Amino acid sequence: MAYSLDFGALAEYAPIFAKGVAVTSELTLVGGVLGVGLGILCAWVRTDGPKALRPIVSLYVEVIRNTPFLIQLFFIFFGLPSIGVSLTEMQAAILAMVVNLGAYAAEIIRAGIEATPRGQFEAGASLAMTRLQIFRNVVLVPALQRIWPALSSQIIIVMFGSAVCSQIAVEDITFAANFIQSRNFRAFEAYIVATVLYLILALILRQIMRSLGTIIFPRRRVVR
Amino acid sequence: MSPFTTWDIVRNLLFAAQWTVILSLVAFIGGGVVGLLMLFARTSKRVAARRLAILYIELFQGTPLLMQLFLFFFGLSLIGFNVPPWLAAGLALTLWTAAFLAEIWRGCVEAIPRGQWEASSSLAMSYFEQMRYVVLPQALRIAVPPTVGFSVQVVKATALTSIIGFVELSKASTMITNATFQPFVVYGFAALMYFALCWPLSKSSQLLERKLNVAHRNH
Amino acid sequence: MSLIAITEVRKRFGDNEVLKGINLDVAAGEVIAIIGKSGSGKSTLLRCINGLETIDEGTILVAGAQLAPDELHLRALRLKVGMIFQSFNLFPHLTAGRNVMLSPMVVKKVPAKEAQAEAQARLEQVGLGHKFDAYPDELSGGQQQRVAIARALAMKPLALLCDEITSALDPELVNEVLQVVGKLAAEGMTLLMVTHEMRFAREVCDRVVFMHQGRVHEIGPPEEVFGAPKTLELQQFLGIA
Repeated sequence: MAYSLDFGALAEYAPIFAKGVAVTSELTLVGGVLGVGLGILCAWVRTDGPKALRPIVSLYVEVIRNTPFLIQLFFIFFGLPSIGVSLTEMQAAILAMVVNLGAYAAEIIRAGIEATPRGQFEAGASLAMTRLQIFRNVVLVPALQRIWPALSSQIIIVMFGSAVCSQIAVEDITFAANFIQSRNFRAFEAYIVATVLYLILALILRQIMRSLGTIIFPRRRVVR
Repeated sequence: MSPFTTWDIVRNLLFAAQWTVILSLVAFIGGGVVGLLMLFARTSKRVAARRLAILYIELFQGTPLLMQLFLFFFGLSLIGFNVPPWLAAGLALTLWTAAFLAEIWRGCVEAIPRGQWEASSSLAMSYFEQMRYVVLPQALRIAVPPTVGFSVQVVKATALTSIIGFVELSKASTMITNATFQPFVVYGFAALMYFALCWPLSKSSQLLERKLNVAHRNH
Repeated sequence: MSLIAITEVRKRFGDNEVLKGINLDVAAGEVIAIIGKSGSGKSTLLRCINGLETIDEGTILVAGAQLAPDELHLRALRLKVGMIFQSFNLFPHLTAGRNVMLSPMVVKKVPAKEAQAEAQARLEQVGLGHKFDAYPDELSGGQQQRVAIARALAMKPLALLCDEITSALDPELVNEVLQVVGKLAAEGMTLLMVTHEMRFAREVCDRVVFMHQGRVHEIGPPEEVFGAPKTLELQQFLGIA
């Protein structure tokens, strides 16, 4: 059977793809910012925070890192309503992404914190700072700088993972491709376009992270 | 009351979990073989081979696995194969796994000091002999922890194959949920089973890495 | 009344007792050098005074504030004594000026403008007024250490503890740091310094403490300690036995 690819047939669906790109971007942006925030909080608890909270955070990190995102998403979207927590598709997707990224980011950031030279803590302490002041003003920024490339990669992985949010009818890029191929049966073309869109988004995201890095970390080098 | 007991749910999930395990093993072993080929290409002296390997790795690492699954599922049927979901799932996961393993192993090979390459080439070994007898045996030791660690990603990745219709733990969860209307319980148990598969792998990867670090320090 | 009163201080690391009952009183304005072999406990003593190490027995009083392991007491003590480290420990993500401004702002809640003026003044005091916007990795080791001194001074401490502050420096950079310390001593700052710079200790210090195996082995004015060492250990240390 001879099959010829026909991308022209997709032209009329461009607005649907555009919507998909917007939704995937929103998921990644909101999920990324809140997820990294949650990751910082958890990393703080595990390194310098209240000891009573540490087992809880450890459990959270282990459970998330050892179960598939798809199951986490379904549990949140389908499971939580039965205990009285109903979320819209978009809310559930964002919550799932924040919870997922939070756990990975926590581990990555923790490694950055643990690489802090002891002298930095001591210098902060000798200047009469509290532990929290040392963490916020002395430890955190260089720690983030150390792991910024790893954190950037993780956010991109989470963006790729967000493709499964289409399964709860979040209208992202994958949803657009699913929708289009069900209409015109040009499945292969639709998914090629979707793949390319993800590829481009990943390139843009990496550039954004790089630029953000140069703003947050004015110095290229972290002192040993 | 639901006519399904909790045991019914667990029993059916456990049955489906077998397929998660089988698919994971296939992807991991197949991915290991292809990954090793890619590793040779990636570290080869030939520019064309290296470029090809880089392109392969970038493509599979730089796009969502779900897209790869769809493209295999629909793409293979385009060129005339009527592919069942298990075949598309197995193929896509194998190639995806290979890309990541090749990259992990490249890091391990590059961690071997240049002197080892120079010494073995001074002994008139060919590239494959150098790899086979000198570099890989040393790289293997440091490769074990990250390789075991990546197996966790493979197990979790199998969940995506449910979306193209392969019946494993995730797909079974959805089917059982539709029959029992107990999503909280069903997905809760599914998560528990994934955890039971993945956590021992994560932990042993951590322990192996710690052991390796200690051994290195005592050198 | 002494500014720093150290009484019967003992410190153990596991089975190893590194401080075996130290007694030392430091008057306000006094400049004291602590000398001794590595492992004699001199750095540990300094770190105890700043609460970076806990003590097992004895008491340390600084201007009436007692050293206790809780954060409240520690911070009260650290507001009175500043510390300079061998490895500078500047904050790499902040400019020299910001390094100096940080603690006054977050600990003492000094407004930014005021902290900036103070930082500028302290940097000028160490001869680095023009390096306010330089990052640590743009400065030489000697300059970094001088910023570290300015940073400690900005907290207006009653005393400064200097832990081998020239040991990590290239020889040609040692003098610029010692000059700053000498100036501080002349201005009446209380200084307690662990050092290997014997000539500097001799010229600048009021008293010299020789530590040996966790004890104050000899103590006295520099001309006595260097000129007429009483014990064999000190003679050996000074290379004149």
